[in-house]
Amino acid sequence: MKGEVNLRRYQAPVWSEPLIMEMGHKGERGILIPETEEEVQAAVGGAESYIPAEMRRKELPKLPELSQPQIVRHYEHLAQETLGMEENIDLGEGTCTMKYSSKVNEMLARTPQMTEIHPYQDEDTMQGILEIMYKFDLICREISGMDQFTFQPAAGSHATYTNACLVGAYHAARGELAQRDEIITTIFSHPCNAATANAAGFKVITLMPDENGYPDFEALKTVCSQHTAGLMITNPEDTGIYNPRIREYVATVHDVGGLCFYDQANANGILGITRAREAGFDACHFNLHKTFSSPHGSSGPGGGAYGVREELAKFLPTPVVTFDGKKYHLDYDRPDSIGKVSEFLGNVGVVLRAYSWVMSMGAEGLLETAQVSVINNNYLVKLLLAIPGVVRYYAEGKLRLEQTRYSWEKLEKDTGCGTEDVRRRMMDFGLQAYFMSHYPWVVPEPFTPEPCETYSKEDCEYWAAVLRQISKEAYTNPEIVKTAPHNSTIHKVNLAPLDDPKRWAMTWRAYLKKRSK
Amino acid sequence: MTKEKTFIHPYIPNSVPEINEAMLKEIGVTDVETLYQEIPEKLRFKRKLNLPKPFLAECELRKHVMSILSKNKTCEENLNFLGGGCWQHYVPAVCDEINQRSEFLTSYTNTTYANLGKFQAFFEFQSQIGELVGMDVVSVPTYSWGTAAGNAIRMASRITGRNEVLVPKTISPARLATIRTFCQLVTTPGHIDIRLIGYDSKTGLLKLQELKDKISSKTAAVYIENPSYLGFIESQGEKISSIAHANGAVSIVGVDPISLGVLSAPADYGADIVVGTAQSLGIHMSCGGGTIGFIASRDEEEYVAEYPSYLISITDTTEKGEYGFGQCAFERTSMAVRDKGKDWVGTGTGLWTITAAVYMALMGPNGFKEIGQTIIQKSHYAIKLLAEIKGVKVLFPLNVFKEFVVNFDETGKSASEVNKALLNHNIFGGKDISKGFPELGNSALYCVTEVHSQEDIQKLADALKEVLIK
Repeated sequence: MKGEVNLRRYQAPVWSEPLIMEMGHKGERGILIPETEEEVQAAVGGAESYIPAEMRRKELPKLPELSQPQIVRHYEHLAQETLGMEENIDLGEGTCTMKYSSKVNEMLARTPQMTEIHPYQDEDTMQGILEIMYKFDLICREISGMDQFTFQPAAGSHATYTNACLVGAYHAARGELAQRDEIITTIFSHPCNAATANAAGFKVITLMPDENGYPDFEALKTVCSQHTAGLMITNPEDTGIYNPRIREYVATVHDVGGLCFYDQANANGILGITRAREAGFDACHFNLHKTFSSPHGSSGPGGGAYGVREELAKFLPTPVVTFDGKKYHLDYDRPDSIGKVSEFLGNVGVVLRAYSWVMSMGAEGLLETAQVSVINNNYLVKLLLAIPGVVRYYAEGKLRLEQTRYSWEKLEKDTGCGTEDVRRRMMDFGLQAYFMSHYPWVVPEPFTPEPCETYSKEDCEYWAAVLRQISKEAYTNPEIVKTAPHNSTIHKVNLAPLDDPKRWAMTWRAYLKKRSK
Repeated sequence: MTKEKTFIHPYIPNSVPEINEAMLKEIGVTDVETLYQEIPEKLRFKRKLNLPKPFLAECELRKHVMSILSKNKTCEENLNFLGGGCWQHYVPAVCDEINQRSEFLTSYTNTTYANLGKFQAFFEFQSQIGELVGMDVVSVPTYSWGTAAGNAIRMASRITGRNEVLVPKTISPARLATIRTFCQLVTTPGHIDIRLIGYDSKTGLLKLQELKDKISSKTAAVYIENPSYLGFIESQGEKISSIAHANGAVSIVGVDPISLGVLSAPADYGADIVVGTAQSLGIHMSCGGGTIGFIASRDEEEYVAEYPSYLISITDTTEKGEYGFGQCAFERTSMAVRDKGKDWVGTGTGLWTITAAVYMALMGPNGFKEIGQTIIQKSHYAIKLLAEIKGVKVLFPLNVFKEFVVNFDETGKSASEVNKALLNHNIFGGKDISKGFPELGNSALYCVTEVHSQEDIQKLADALKEVLIK
């Protein structure tokens, strides 16, 4: 990095916005409803006569009553009090791949040809949607080497649950489910792998890292047995460390009869570089709202594209989209299917955005995406490791791919300012809080940025300069870091009520009751 | 070696070769390949991905995607009577305006400090749903009604320590299939058994005697829906809840909240947990992509402890009078404690949560009341017109909210034949349910909402007459 970075002055919008339930006035209206036509009224009479007496609502719901401009102003204030990815250099949220979601894709997803389609329409009337789903399936197959995908899972965790169910169905079909009741994962794989395996009825075995940060291979060999149903693993893991022996891990699980699932939440740096198939996996998933550019939407709707090898395809949720050379169809007739993980076809609008993104990139564009994200990350490594107080664990001398887990352990020891303090202080410079780590923190005082291809060299430099400034403050004036944020929408939040049944309140009505006590 | 550049991508600032090289130099390597040295040769993908040629110019991309999308026929250009868990309601322009705001559209999870507005909007969703269903605790929503029901049934199973749920046979087959997946394979030890309860062939109402016969000390929950999938209002909610409670089971009610301006709040007829979708609240169908599912209950520790979902609680800050928000009892979630958590939580339906909050605020108490009345009147008008057609019968017609079953047995035509013929009139007829409900013969589930005018309903009746005569 050459030259000084000028840190911006920033003040988050502060509106002291009341809750919508506190606003408005009795009788105000936000929108009017079409009145029932007179002839219809005359023909059928009042609505009440069709509601059994015991089911008639006695008292209207206590919803706010506001006119439309007041509602619009309120929600626009709330929008302003939210720092979107687009409004800041959002490279701090590792594992989330906060990439740019193009405006044209959003525009396409909001056309009536997408939004005004009912999932139960006749196939002939939704050939466009089916074509996009089918073609995107082909794209995902090529990128992963798997043989068939479903887009029914609505997010990454939903896809890992789908996998856990499918692993169960596979072993059940072989009469081995009772015996195979263990799924192995790693501590640096996303927690949903462990959680969804548990929810599907498996015992979960979690591998810890060895001294180099790789999942402990010796431990894997020890836990693999006739009880093993499968492995659910990320690579590179959340540390950004790529496990070069992954094929041996997969083979070890295969040797005892387990299936191997590749959680590809961290796929952005390896598109076109390495695939699930070459590493021997039986199944994988991509997060369409991360790697494939669909917007994160304040946490969804997302997309969990889940793919499997041919021999497992019969277990996929119904329906799947097929093509007979002329027309696209929805195939419901799949007797071995695990059934459904959600009612309809998944988040089709998200699939459309992902398809459009790939069609705007092509093979070269995907490779460029991967390469630039890895360059950005390694550039950021250079900048961040030069900051006093930042350290990095594991795999000394090994390069990280698209993200890196760092630690403020030294800063915390030196100054008392830990990663949560730094994170709150970042907001005073107009940056979204970084992602620290999933729990438990194996790396102390962690943080995990992921400077994907969206971010420029200057973006990386600005982001690093903010952390450098906070580090400097921690060493010279720790109080400013400890009491941060200072320029945010709100001040330091009182966390105690959140775990106190007497004070927590998930609704306004609960809050009013508890406050009155 | 610098690779040959054929394009500089507008979404990738650092695709400019000079920048690329400068960064590599700073990193201390000569080419990007070196950065991939941790990936062994045998795992490297050797060829170029075989993907379709991209449309690099946005102008061409848009044309390409629109050329595919335009093969769809929409519910705007046609007259649509499909429902069944995904409904065509009017989406107020304000809803789309707010959910297009880049701040909401492009932010993700993270803390309150840079996301206060999003947290507050979530809390306002929870609060307003709480008013509609009559509950003090409402979750940040999950993917769909079916997945929320699956979550709720598992909550009930953990609360009671029992492994069986009773479900009405009138439930949507797709929702039931989703719930089944959440209850685990029947070969999994500890799975939840799903037992179906029959319905009265005239009214559709749950057979109370059969419920009493099947409920036992194994029953974790009784799950019912209002309005039911087949459209009628289940009026025995209070009795069903009482039977559940008398047997130590949890009463779960699934709702379509757009009905709750005119129908009783489930809490008022004994529900312990309420689930439902908010797709009807200002969210486009998007071929089923508008799904969203919430869970609600009383504010009791025993229940709160079993939610898998995020729960946004209001709190205060170091500044007097300022509202803050945060995650209630985060330690119960899988994000905190992995497989030791309650099922799992992750990316959900944040944008739809905000959208539904806006919708509820727009509607207010009177909007909900009026829309409920209009929908009921229009549905019954459609029932009246259709039932007058020779050979057409409407099943369970008395207490319908917005959906009803139309039977074609006496017309000599199958429901799918009728639908094919209606397409020629630019009408999407009701969902063919003859496979899911063989006992109802050749039947279709029709849906009428506030978007349908008297003229639309007349058009349907006229078209049906013509179709059935042929």
